Amino acid sequence: MSRTTPVAAMPMSGHTPDTGGRRLPRVLHPVAWWIWALALATAVSRTNNPLLLFLVLAVLGYVVTARRTEAPWARGFKYYLYLALTVVAIRVLFRAVFATGITPHDHFLFSLPHIPTPDWYAGIQLGGPVSLEALLSAATDGLRLACMLCCIGAANTLANPKRALRVLPGALHELGVAVTVAISVAPQLVQSVQRVARARRLRAGRNKGLKALRGIVVPVLEDALERSLRLAAGMDSRGYGRAGTATRSSRRITGALMLLGMCGLCAGAYGLLDATTPTFLGLPAMAVGAVLCVAGLRLGGRRVSRTTYRPDPWLLPEWAVAGAGVLSAVLLFSNVGYNAAELNPSIYPLSWPTLPLVPTFAILLAGSAGFLAPPPTPPNPIAPRQRAEKAEAT
Amino acid sequence: MITFDQVTVHYDGAAKPALREVDLTIEEGELCLVVGHTGVGKSTLLGAVNGLVPHFTGGTLYGRVTIDGRDTATHPPRELADVVGVVGQDPLDGFVTDTVEEELAYAMEQLAIPPTVMRKRVEETLDLLGLADLRHRALHELSGGQQQRVAIGSVLTAHPRVLVLDEPTSALDPTAAEEVLAAVTRLVHDLGVTVLMAEHRLERVVQYADRVVHLPGNGQVVHGAPTDILRTSSIAPPIVELARAASWHPLPLSVRDARRAAAPLRSTLAGTTPAPIRPTPATDRPALLTARGVTVSYHGVPAVREVDLDLHGGEITALMGRNGSGKSSLLWALQGSGPRRAGTVRVTGAGATHDPHSLSAVHARRLVGLVPQTPADLLYLESVKQELDQADSESAKEAESSGARSILDRLAPGIPDSTHPRDLSEGQKLALVLAIQLSAAPRIVLLDEPTRGLDYRAKAELTRIVAALAGEGCSVVISTHDVEFVARTADRVVVMAEGDVVADGPTSEVIVASPVFAPQTAKILAPLPFLTVDQVTSALESAAPTPRDGEDRA
Repeated sequence: MSRTTPVAAMPMSGHTPDTGGRRLPRVLHPVAWWIWALALATAVSRTNNPLLLFLVLAVLGYVVTARRTEAPWARGFKYYLYLALTVVAIRVLFRAVFATGITPHDHFLFSLPHIPTPDWYAGIQLGGPVSLEALLSAATDGLRLACMLCCIGAANTLANPKRALRVLPGALHELGVAVTVAISVAPQLVQSVQRVARARRLRAGRNKGLKALRGIVVPVLEDALERSLRLAAGMDSRGYGRAGTATRSSRRITGALMLLGMCGLCAGAYGLLDATTPTFLGLPAMAVGAVLCVAGLRLGGRRVSRTTYRPDPWLLPEWAVAGAGVLSAVLLFSNVGYNAAELNPSIYPLSWPTLPLVPTFAILLAGSAGFLAPPPTPPNPIAPRQRAEKAEAT
Repeated sequence: MITFDQVTVHYDGAAKPALREVDLTIEEGELCLVVGHTGVGKSTLLGAVNGLVPHFTGGTLYGRVTIDGRDTATHPPRELADVVGVVGQDPLDGFVTDTVEEELAYAMEQLAIPPTVMRKRVEETLDLLGLADLRHRALHELSGGQQQRVAIGSVLTAHPRVLVLDEPTSALDPTAAEEVLAAVTRLVHDLGVTVLMAEHRLERVVQYADRVVHLPGNGQVVHGAPTDILRTSSIAPPIVELARAASWHPLPLSVRDARRAAAPLRSTLAGTTPAPIRPTPATDRPALLTARGVTVSYHGVPAVREVDLDLHGGEITALMGRNGSGKSSLLWALQGSGPRRAGTVRVTGAGATHDPHSLSAVHARRLVGLVPQTPADLLYLESVKQELDQADSESAKEAESSGARSILDRLAPGIPDSTHPRDLSEGQKLALVLAIQLSAAPRIVLLDEPTRGLDYRAKAELTRIVAALAGEGCSVVISTHDVEFVARTADRVVVMAEGDVVADGPTSEVIVASPVFAPQTAKILAPLPFLTVDQVTSALESAAPTPRDGEDRA
């Protein structure tokens, strides 16, 4: 699951672009990647079969290595893999320590020292015998969660988070900018912590305790505050937040619409989940709420007048990638052509998991995003003339 | 284009107004230079142009500021974004997006310019500022000069009629500064953009200015043609000081004009040997610090390559080189706090030699003191007194060193105990941190770019401080981009490029030989070996009787 798996260790094809035939390299619409990844995560939630789960990881690894760019955010997939590994480990560890659900027919592996618990704590057992079945079920559960995490990680790696925020409706523009600024401030904060910590040594200040913390936190925060004030001044003088066509009354209407819409959504959710409520409180309330919210967002969007530079197009590859993801989720939920029990192989009694044909096909279908998406822009495009010169030189 | 009508700016809680009854009209297409010492209200004047003062900074503005007919009282900065573009001192602070192209488009997106127009303007701006090769690069990967050009481009795409630049070159090495200034002059001459620019290092820009606005410090403003204002202003680049000393009329502002005016002066000075800028240090002093084969690398990329360096007591060394040439890495490695991949550093102190890298931080700073690039990183307490007391307690293990307070009084007299360190000027902050570092009584003092953001007065102070330290037998190393400062201050210049030492020798030999690093006086008087105006005036004074006698006899 870490670097050593064959998939993750594959050569990074980001350096050798154009695996996509004659297609021009370009960046896929970030929303397409998010739909693809979320659909795949939904599909994963359906199965407990370790073979299928490993297949999903392999597919994610392939798509990420094939279609990620060289940008800073695209280097983070391995951290999601570490996180996934941690999730599995914690899951297994807890299951071993809190030895629950052991039946007499289990295959016992080893026994942890039993820690006696007081009477009022009787429900939970600490330590005791550990069985193969318990560990396996914990591991597959953890693996499923890990796969879903990796799906999100893949979306974050493949789509530029800042470009993804651009699709927010105009009314939420301020929110998008706040998140964008926060994203760019975080690395600067890390840098200034490193710089100040290094400078601390020059003063031979104490390295431990509250005083040392203060010596680092105070300059860093002061630095960050000053920097953000300068950034705010810069954004203001570059036209951020210019008044659009909205008037006072339209702003009030926007507020009212949003508030009513939110109420509708809440009531609808409540109605749907609680069977005893009258039917009009269910889907109808939810629909009305949604309509009101959309209207509010549209009206609020008029307040902000701005345009987008080089908007990402939504073309055939976007449809294909999003479609592949959605189709795989639909196949895994449809129960057509395979036995649903194969998705969740039995642990009691232990049996070797099988690889059902249709779900395997569904997951491989999601993997086709690796070549359905256009190749990413190479990091430093070499001009044809330079390329010719290089060829001559070699 | 820009009109100040009886403008007075008063910040809340300030005793005196920052600007007082300023009347100023700047015509279209002018390059107007704002000069003055630190803290006289330059930033206030520039900020008032697009309404950041007082809309953003607070305070009260009396009178009226109009830009292209729009009153800043009724137009907040964002409503003026299509008329005024503002570029700050540190370009990284103002970047909102992360690649060059998106940054250029940001202001236009806010102004709701149609995508097709946007695309065209971005391409034009990329060409105009020579950024086309960098269009997809991440902003933080660019060099300082490139970043500053992107910052200028990012406001230019909105097609503003006025460009306000607050010290755009203060963080840049001489070549990068030339790059930025060339871009600015091109905008003025080709596009007729009105530029209002504040700059400390006048020698770089004064020749391009159509008009100079001088803030003498009482809140008022004197403005006029550069030659008129600079003839009497308290701030002047070396070229003007030289012209005053030699009483040239009209006042030359470029090296070319000055050289043509200087022909008689050169013949007068021919044959005279300039007085040494600093007393020549004794030749047989032992080295206080010996570095051999020092190598520093980050993630496998070498920053310093096998540098050998000897530092002697009583000597002031200037470390020069473009941004990223390894100056800071070398200083940190010499101090022992920074990483060092290979090589040895031996420091002689208290009768024994040590490697500061292997000592504890407390002992290392008693051998070598380093003032980092941003001195404020070391300050974290509420008052100057607390900082100084803390410094004493940090370094008072051996009582031989004098208290930090008395050092600070020697370096920069008159800083009250109760002041908050953040309220000090750049020069005072530097003095405070230097006092803190000197309280440990190191024999070797390293200063990493101390001249950044200092005005002429503060630099003269720094020269005095550094000379006093050298007089006490310390060895001082200053990394800097400021050639005029180096010419006045240093005994020896070490030039670095790509981690190598490419030149090492006495100041007069190293900097005169280089077209980039030569100070203005040297350029004007070449081939005569004069570096500073002081040398010329003293030579003129001592030589004055002789040629006149000769003339009389003839």
